[in-house]
Amino acid sequence: MSNDSVGKRVVQWFDHRLPLVTFVNHSLVEYPAPRNLSYWWTFGSLAGIVLVLQIVTGIVLAMHYTPHVDMAFVSVERIMRDVNYGWLIRYMHANGGSAFFAVVYIHIYRGLYYGSYKDPREVLWWMGLIILILMMMNAFTGYVLPWGQMSFWAATVITNLFSAIPLVGDSIVTWLWGGYAVGNPALNRFYSLHYLLPFLLVAVVFLHLWALHTFGSNNPLGIDAKGPQDQIPFHPYYTVKDLFGLGVLMIVLLAFVFFAPNFLGHPDNYIPANPLVTPAHIVPEWYFLPFYAILRSVPDKLLGVVLMFGSLAVPFLLPWLDTSKVRSATFRPIYKQVFWFLVVDGIVLGWCGSQPPEGIALILARISTAYYFLHFLVLMPLIGMIEKPRPLPTSIAEPVLKGGDAAATAPTRGRS
Amino acid sequence: MAETPAASADSVGGDGETRRDFLYIATGAVGTVGVLAAMWPLIHQMNPSKAVLALASTEVDLSGIEEGESVTVVWRGKPVFVRHRTAEEIAAAVDVDLADLPDPQADAERAEKPEWLILVGICTHLGCVPIGNQGDFAGGWFCPCHGSHYDSSGRIRIGPAPVNLEVPDYVYLDETTVRIG
Ligand code: HEM
Ligand code: FES
Repeated sequence: MSNDSVGKRVVQWFDHRLPLVTFVNHSLVEYPAPRNLSYWWTFGSLAGIVLVLQIVTGIVLAMHYTPHVDMAFVSVERIMRDVNYGWLIRYMHANGGSAFFAVVYIHIYRGLYYGSYKDPREVLWWMGLIILILMMMNAFTGYVLPWGQMSFWAATVITNLFSAIPLVGDSIVTWLWGGYAVGNPALNRFYSLHYLLPFLLVAVVFLHLWALHTFGSNNPLGIDAKGPQDQIPFHPYYTVKDLFGLGVLMIVLLAFVFFAPNFLGHPDNYIPANPLVTPAHIVPEWYFLPFYAILRSVPDKLLGVVLMFGSLAVPFLLPWLDTSKVRSATFRPIYKQVFWFLVVDGIVLGWCGSQPPEGIALILARISTAYYFLHFLVLMPLIGMIEKPRPLPTSIAEPVLKGGDAAATAPTRGRS
Repeated sequence: MAETPAASADSVGGDGETRRDFLYIATGAVGTVGVLAAMWPLIHQMNPSKAVLALASTEVDLSGIEEGESVTVVWRGKPVFVRHRTAEEIAAAVDVDLADLPDPQADAERAEKPEWLILVGICTHLGCVPIGNQGDFAGGWFCPCHGSHYDSSGRIRIGPAPVNLEVPDYVYLDETTVRIG
């Protein structure tokens, strides 16, 4: 003991009183992860990193942004033109929002494919869905801040969704606005919420990880790790893998930031907000398009709103709607195909949402909306009952090591 | 002082209820009411303030608006359409079987003087501003957001909007002036 360096003793002294080092060590260094995680498991870390990126760029933007209807638009233009590197920070933040959704959507579909929502990870799945909803609220409130035409009309249409609620709907909308229309009070409170929500997100991400680390990660085989031979320590194996994923993500994100920063935006948002003229074709950001398509596919106001919110609510029930005991779609011949139908369904809905609601786009939107709910409410329970899963391997190590060569593993917590 | 903790035996109702249960419930009830009362200011602060509610009415001079023309004025931060309707537009609005309308209302109830149609220019679906002289109904409006068609009386005919364009309260102050609100 007395041979330990002073530094190490100081760390031990601190850790004994607040076990921070132990905590980090447990969750990011020696944390035993299944040995067979593929790159689909990188997107969780990526989402966390993008959240940090959004918070950092957002705090910088907040130093220069003015939340007032007369000044918001010009303050953003000032960020773009005068503030040193303001253009970079803003483009990072705007495209970072898209990156966040891209990464999280892949992360969610990964969970759907490998049955990561099943016992004992139901609460983990819920926390993830809550994160998605908070992200949506956050992206929406952020999009309003530059106070361009798209900002204004997005705020108007989305807040008006609540007017569909019988009896109290109109009072709720007036309450949200703090006036008779979207105006300065609305802009102020959206700014306040846009600053708050990311920190709520951090808190829910923490719960998400807590639930994750209670039972450990699922894996491509969907079977439980049975011992040290099935696991490897998070560091260095998955830290390195995640870093590589981060490199790829940054290449894509920065390609957008530097070469096509407005590709995902709408030119109309560079026109200052005008409460008297709605742009001819208003569409939300790409990550909201599938939900927008669902909203517009129904000719009835209330039902459209109910279905749109319902499409976010139904996945909460998935752990019970899916009646199959097998997690990974690898061993589920029918579900595997239906899964890809759902992927296509999401993309078709997204395309429909980007089109004016008429003709073929409207018909397709109706079919794919119906299919979306059919998938969760009918196909998931049914397939689990009639499908005959392929035989599962007895352990994670078995297909990898064939003979069960335990020496090739790096058990870390075998003794703990 | 006379009661000691051992007094948990002196049940009030005889069903094993004790003074302590009573205290729990009383404390909980007071606490709940207190929290609810404290929440109201936090909720109500988001409602429009008195200054916003007091926003004055808007007066419009009709003399400059030719037949077939329409102006948009701002009332309480919202667009209001003032349309000087042509005889054909009025005829089209009157000559409608009310049973065909999603939100049946006669044109006469919507325009005090048939030649002047005054409407809140906000789509009753999700709040966009409909475009004049567009859509399937001559002299009507079309909402670009989700495709609602309104007729020359501002009544919803096709699309997701549930009800007709709102007619605000207004009074004619004289031959050429109308006050909205
Ligand atoms: C969950 C993370 C976040 C997401 C998804 C997000 C998303 C967005 C989006 C989509 C915009 C509109 C960008 C544009 O078109 O200009 C925006 C703007 C803005 N955000 Fe965020 N944001 C996040 C976190 C934050 C944080 C933590 C802050 C400040 C503490 C912040 C401050 C701002 C400001 C000041 C603007 C207005 C300037 C501008 O429009 O570029 N954001 N945000
Ligand atoms: S807001 Fe007009 S049709 Fe939706």
